[in-house]
Amino acid sequence: MSVNEYDVAIIGAGVTGCAIARQLSQYSVRAVLIDAAEDVAMGASRANSAIVHAGYDCKPGSCEARMNVRGNELFETWCRDLSVPFNRCGSLVIGFDDDDAKTLQDLYERGLANGVPEMKLLSGDEARAVEPSLSPLVTKALWAGSAAITCPYQMTIACAENARDNGVEWRLGARVTSLTREDGCIRVAMGEKSLLARYVVNAAGVYADEISRMLGDDSFTISPRKGEYMLMDRKNTCVRTVVFQTPTKMGKGILVSPTVDGNMFAGPTSVDIADKGDTSVTAEGIAQLTEKSKKSVPGINLRAVITSFAGVRAQPSTGDFIIGISKAEPRLIQAAGICSPGLTSSPAIAEEIVRLIEKAGLSLAPKADYCPTRKAIPEFRHLSREEQAELIERDPRFGRVICRCETITEGEIVEAIRRGARTVDGVKRRTRAGMGRCQGGFCMPRVMEILSRELGAPMTELTKFGGGSRLLTGILKEVDD
Amino acid sequence: MLVKKYDVAVIGGGPAGLAAALSAKEREPGLTVAVIERDKALGGILQQCIHNGFGLHYFGEELTGPEYANRFIERIKGSGVDVYLDTMVLELTPERRVVCVSAANGLMAIDAGAVVLAMGCRERTRGALNIPGTRPAGVYTAGCAQRLVNMEGLMPGKKVLILGSGDIGLIMARRLTWEGAKVVLVAEIMPYSSGLNRNIVQCLVDNGIPLKFNHTVTNIIGKERVEAVTVAEVDPRTRLPITGTEQTYECDTLLLSVGLLPENELTSAAGIDIDPVTNGAVVDETRQTSLAGVFACGNVLHVHDLVDNVSDEATLAGRAAAEYASGQASRQQTYAVKGVNGVRYTVPQRVHAGLDGKTDIYFRVGNAYRPATAVVRCGDTVIAKRRKQIMTPGEMEKITIDAALVTGDLTVGLEEVNPS
Ligand SMILES: Cc1cc2nc3c(=O)[nH]c(=O)nc-3n(C[C@H](O)[C@H](O)[C@H](O)COP(=O)(O)OP(=O)(O)OC[C@H]3O[C@@H](n4cnc5c(N)ncnc54)[C@H](O)[C@@H]3O)c2cc1C
Ligand SMILES: Cc1cc2nc3c(=O)[nH]c(=O)nc-3n(C[C@H](O)[C@H](O)[C@H](O)COP(=O)(O)OP(=O)(O)OC[C@H]3O[C@@H](n4cnc5c(N)ncnc54)[C@H](O)[C@@H]3O)c2cc1C
Repeated sequence: MSVNEYDVAIIGAGVTGCAIARQLSQYSVRAVLIDAAEDVAMGASRANSAIVHAGYDCKPGSCEARMNVRGNELFETWCRDLSVPFNRCGSLVIGFDDDDAKTLQDLYERGLANGVPEMKLLSGDEARAVEPSLSPLVTKALWAGSAAITCPYQMTIACAENARDNGVEWRLGARVTSLTREDGCIRVAMGEKSLLARYVVNAAGVYADEISRMLGDDSFTISPRKGEYMLMDRKNTCVRTVVFQTPTKMGKGILVSPTVDGNMFAGPTSVDIADKGDTSVTAEGIAQLTEKSKKSVPGINLRAVITSFAGVRAQPSTGDFIIGISKAEPRLIQAAGICSPGLTSSPAIAEEIVRLIEKAGLSLAPKADYCPTRKAIPEFRHLSREEQAELIERDPRFGRVICRCETITEGEIVEAIRRGARTVDGVKRRTRAGMGRCQGGFCMPRVMEILSRELGAPMTELTKFGGGSRLLTGILKEVDD
Repeated sequence: MLVKKYDVAVIGGGPAGLAAALSAKEREPGLTVAVIERDKALGGILQQCIHNGFGLHYFGEELTGPEYANRFIERIKGSGVDVYLDTMVLELTPERRVVCVSAANGLMAIDAGAVVLAMGCRERTRGALNIPGTRPAGVYTAGCAQRLVNMEGLMPGKKVLILGSGDIGLIMARRLTWEGAKVVLVAEIMPYSSGLNRNIVQCLVDNGIPLKFNHTVTNIIGKERVEAVTVAEVDPRTRLPITGTEQTYECDTLLLSVGLLPENELTSAAGIDIDPVTNGAVVDETRQTSLAGVFACGNVLHVHDLVDNVSDEATLAGRAAAEYASGQASRQQTYAVKGVNGVRYTVPQRVHAGLDGKTDIYFRVGNAYRPATAVVRCGDTVIAKRRKQIMTPGEMEKITIDAALVTGDLTVGLEEVNPS
C-alpha cells in the first residue's frame, strides 16, 4: 500500500470517530482519522452535558436504546483504560405534579424494557434525602443508579491518542470536500490533498448528511439543535447527582449537574437553528436556564457563573441513530445522526461500526502489540505533596504554576503540546489551564508564550482554536525613546 | 519537602507585599522576613502599568508603575528581606504553614510566626457578566491586554470597544489609541464611572473617545475573531437593556474593564472570615484577620484605586505582623465597624478598644452623592464627621477617628446627603 492508501478513513474526530478509531486500532489495519478542525473534539463532543445516561429515555427497540445501555456498560472500563475521569453519581428525574408523576412512571417502564439496571421511583422526601438541594416542591423522582458523569473532550482526546499510539494516523485541519469511487476504493479529497481508502466511516456529526450525499446516499438529513449552558465556579457546587426535569418533545430538559472537575452547570436549552455552526449563547437562553434551574435547585448561585457556552446536536431525520452500511455505497459505513445519548453510546457505536467494517469485507486480524491503555497528562493539582515533590525532581517544569486558578504547571502544558495541542483552547481542554474562575485572564499570555516557544511559531500566528481565530493583530509599532 | 522557618512570611511581592515586608523589618530588625512571589520579578501589577500617575500622595511626585515599584524593590535589596521569586504559594494552613512550589526549590514549606497576605486581585471576566454571543478570539480583560501591550509588545486588536469605565479600561483606551488602534466606544452600564475622574479626562476626552453611560454590551458577533459588538442602553433602575436601543459597532476586539476581585482562595481555604462585600478578609485596624497572626493588605483585602493607599495599608499590616511575631500582640477586645446609609463597606471591619491616637477608616459609597457628609457613630454618639463636595463609588474615602472614643460598635454612614 502506498503512503496515501488506507484500509479505513474515518471522517470526523468527535467522540464517535475517535472511539471508532480506538476500537479499530486493535486490528492490523491502516486507518486515518480526518477532521476539518485543527484539533479533535471541536464539534458536539466539546460542548454537551457530559452525562453517561442510564438509558430510560430512549424508545424501546431503537438503535439508540441498544447503544445507550451497552455504552453505559462499557464506559467505565474505557475510562479506566484511557485515564478519563468518570463518576457514577447517579441521576434523578424530578416531578412536580401528577402529570410529571405519570411521565416518571412511563420512563421507569421504558427503562425496564431497555434493560436499565438500578432504577427506583422515589417520593419527594426520598429524593431530597439523596439530593438535599432539590426544591421542596418536588413530589416524585426517578432514580437511576447507573447514570454517571465524565469529561466528553477528555474522552475524545484520550480515544484519539490511544488510537494514534496504536498506529492510526491523524489528519487535522483537513476538511473533506469530495468523495469519489476509484479502483474499488474511495478517493477522499480534502481541498488540494487527497487519499484513497477502501472503506469510509462517516462520523461527521451535524455535517454527516453532506458527507453521505457525496457518495449519493441522501436517505437522511441532519438538522442542528442548539443547547446552551452556564457553568459555575467550583466553590458554589451544591448538587452531587445529575438532576433532570421531566423530558419534553424537544429533549431531556434543562438539568443541573456537577462536573467531574467539581464545577456545576445548568443546561442545555433546546432550540432548532438554521446554521449548523451556530454556537452562540443568547439572552433568551440565559433567561430560560436561570428560570428552569432555579425550579429544580432553588439555592443555585447563578452569580457564580464563570462561563456560558453552547453545543449543537445532530438531529437525524429518521428519529434514530443511523448506524449501518450505506445502501447507496457498500464502502460507506454510517455513524450518523448521533444526537444525545451519543457520548454515552460511543464505545458501543465503536464496537458496532467495527463489526460492520468487517461485514463490509475488511478482514480484521488482531494486532499482537495492541496497547489498550493511555496515560493521562500528570495532574499536579491532584497529587499528594510527596508525589508533587517527586514530579518536580524529575522535571522542574512541573514546579512552575502557569494557571493559578486551576494550579496547572508548565510541565503539563508542555506535555499537552507534545501530544498535539496547537492552540490556546487545545491546551485548555487538555490541561484545564484557563478553565477556572479567571477564564485565562491571567494565564493566556503565559500559555501563548509556551505555545510559541514549543511550536517555534511567532506569537502573532497563534490562534484560540485554529482557522481565523488569531489572538493578536500584530506587534507594537516602533517607538523612538 | 524543604522546611524553613521565618518570623514573618509575606505572600505576594506587589506594592502591598513589598511595603509590608519593609515595614516589618523596620519595626523589628532582628526578625527574619521572606517575600514569596509567583512571578519572575517583584512589583506585582505595577510592572505592567507603565503610565504616569503613581505616588502623588506617597512620594509627592508622579511616577510610572514600574518606577513606583522600583523605589520599594531598591530598598528591599539592602534590607535583609529574603525574596523567593517564581514561587507560587499553594496553601496556607491555620498553623501558619505556607506551602509553596517552584522549579528551583521544588516543594517548600515555610513555618511562619506571622503571615501577611498580599496576593492582589484578579479581573472580572465575560463569563461573570453572562454576555451573550459567540466566543471568538479577541475578547480580553483590560489587564490581560495591558500585559500583552506593555510587557510583550503585542497588539491585541486594531478596532476596539471597551466595556466598563474602570481605570484599567480607561488607561488602555489611551494606550491602544497611542499605538495606532481605534477605540470606537467605552460603554458603562452605570450612570457614573468607577474610574478616577482624571483618567476620564486624560484618557478619553483628550483623545476624543466617546463614553456612553447607562449602556452595556448585549451581543458579541463573529465566529473566529470578534467582528462586531452590539451595545444597548439600559434602564437606569433595573440595569436591563432597553429593546430597540441596540447599536452594532464593527470592531475586532472587546476589552472588559468590569471590576476587580480580591484573590482570596488561600485565605478562604485557611478558614479565614471573608467580608461578602469586599470579598477580602475581615480585619481589625492592624489588618489582622480572623486567624491570629495572619494579616492582609492591598488589593487582596479590598480593591484600591490608588497604589499610594496600598502602601500605607501595607505599612500598618507589616508593622503589626512584626509585633505579633515578636510576641507583642494586642489582647484587647474588638468592636465591629459597619457601613450603613449609603456606605457599602468599611475597612477595617473591627477596631480594638482602648487605643491611643488616631485610626483611619476607609470606606466606599454605593452611589454618587454631591455633597455628602460621612458620620461615624459609637452608639448614639457622633465621634467623627467629614463633609465632601462629592463622593462616588469610584473613589475610596477615608475618615479618621480618635481611637480613645471607641467604647462600643461603630457605624459609618452618610447623612445630609444629596444623591445625584
Ligand atoms: C447540548 C448537547 C447535550 C448533550 N448531552 C449529552 C449527554 O449528556 N450525554 C450523551 O451521551 N450525549 C450527549 N449529547 C450528544 C453528544 O454530545 C453527541 O452525540 C456526540 O458528541 C457526537 O459526537 P460525534 O463525534 O458524532 O460528533 P461531533 O463531536 O460533532 O464530531 C463531528 C466532527 O466531524 C467533523 N466534520 C464535519 N464535517 C467534516 C468534513 N467535511 N470533513 C472533515 N471533518 C468534518 C467536525 O469538524 C467534527 O469535529 C449532547 C449533545 C449536545 C449538543
Ligand atoms: C490590571 C491593573 C491595572 C491597574 N492600574 C492602575 C493604575 O493605572 N493606577 C493606579 O493607581 N492603580 C492601578 N491599579 C491598582 C494598583 O496597581 C493596585 O492597587 C496595586 O498594584 C495593588 O497592589 P497589591 O500588592 O495589593 O497587588 P498586586 O500588585 O496585584 O500584587 C500581588 C502580587 O502577589 C502575587 N501573588 C498572588 N498570589 C500569589 C501566590 N499564591 N503565591 C505567590 N505570589 C502570589 C502576584 O503575582 C502579585 O505579584 C491597577 C490594578 C490592576 C489589577
